[in-house]
Amino acid sequence: MNRDELKQAVLDSLAAVAPEMNAAELRQDEPLREQLDLDSFDFLQALVELDRKLSVSIPESDYGRLTTLEACVDYLAGRLGEQVH
Amino acid sequence: MGEFRMPLLGADMEAGTLVEWRVKPGDEVVCGDIVALVETQKGVIEVETFESGTVETLFVSPGAKVPVGTPLASISGKGERVGAPPTHWLRASPAARAAAARLGVELSRVSGTGPGGAILMEDVERAARVAPVARAEVSAPSEEDRRESMRQAIAAAMSRSNREIPHYYLDTRFDVGRALDWLHAENERRPVAERMLLVVLFLKAVGLAVQGFPELNGSWVDGAFRPSRAVHLGVVISLRQGGAVVPTLHDVPDKPLGVLMHELGELIHRARRGMLRSSELADSTITVSSLGESRVERVLGVIFPPQVALVGFGAVREEPWVVEGRCVPRPLVTASLAADHRASDGHRGAAFLSRLERLLQEPETL
Repeated sequence: MNRDELKQAVLDSLAAVAPEMNAAELRQDEPLREQLDLDSFDFLQALVELDRKLSVSIPESDYGRLTTLEACVDYLAGRLGEQVH
Repeated sequence: MGEFRMPLLGADMEAGTLVEWRVKPGDEVVCGDIVALVETQKGVIEVETFESGTVETLFVSPGAKVPVGTPLASISGKGERVGAPPTHWLRASPAARAAAARLGVELSRVSGTGPGGAILMEDVERAARVAPVARAEVSAPSEEDRRESMRQAIAAAMSRSNREIPHYYLDTRFDVGRALDWLHAENERRPVAERMLLVVLFLKAVGLAVQGFPELNGSWVDGAFRPSRAVHLGVVISLRQGGAVVPTLHDVPDKPLGVLMHELGELIHRARRGMLRSSELADSTITVSSLGESRVERVLGVIFPPQVALVGFGAVREEPWVVEGRCVPRPLVTASLAADHRASDGHRGAAFLSRLERLLQEPETL
């Protein structure tokens, strides 16, 4: 899965919890939770969606690395790479 | 037999609009079945029946806005037949009854202008003219209308609270490091869909703690406090586009944390879609408001009448804290109690907060 596909999976997961989101206005390198007003429940739901789409299990200790859209894509690329090998 | 009436879905509700029937005459229903969708200031609510039996007659058509308590349908139980809608006790002139039959107007929905509130023929004719207009108006409430009416409902309930309830406030700050460590260890073992949030520990601890403080759990009605044996927590859920609803988590002390997390998830999901159930809106005995991960330290709550207490949790923040004589960084939370001084006193309120703190120091027992 390339970075664009990963980014789309993240955006789709976010749209599931924040349906009013405008993906075009989302800034890549700014905190997602602030931009989208996500609380801890929304954030957890977005991870459940990602898990469903990508079969990627994200431990709670890694939540801190999923701050921005860019960071999410970086993290997922690394995490999926690990799972393959 | 029974009647299915427009339910009271919170102290602030006066009327509701029937949006859709989920049953038709002849259908069998059991207690808890969803029989209708009703539009209120809190969004569209799935309304459950408390009666079991056969649906006999539907009295109200989709689109009609009727006051709380208005009969919506009759349900006969266990083979028992139910007669006509209970219009016999309404004061109405014979001409009005004839007009109602002719125009298809439900007498119980007509407000009378005759002597002693008796319904006259003119009242029926006016109701017949008004009804179709009302239907057109309510058929598609816009998002903006709904937000405005939710604002009005919150305004009414909170104004009443500040006018009638003599609040007192207490708060205490404590270490939630053990609760967080326990939660992280638990979540490491769980698949992402079954992970829990700290707020679930807070909810369970409030439910258990309040069992020892009946003066905080119940309602103040007609000048007297009525304690509740069951603990049903109202949970403040903010909506993404503004506003808030306070649906109920039932029997919190009896449920394992995993079940509470699942039920909370369902509530949040349905609250934000504007599709709560009637049983989730009517009977909270105490409310919890948690600010989650904002930067705000403390909640000073406004009690939801007719309840007599609200427990608030501020954001968890890492701060200096003295442990065994040494100053160390620890995650702290401020828990607060807003309580009705008619029903309880500060001494008991303080004991409640101490009990809450002790429970959260032993997360494995929750």
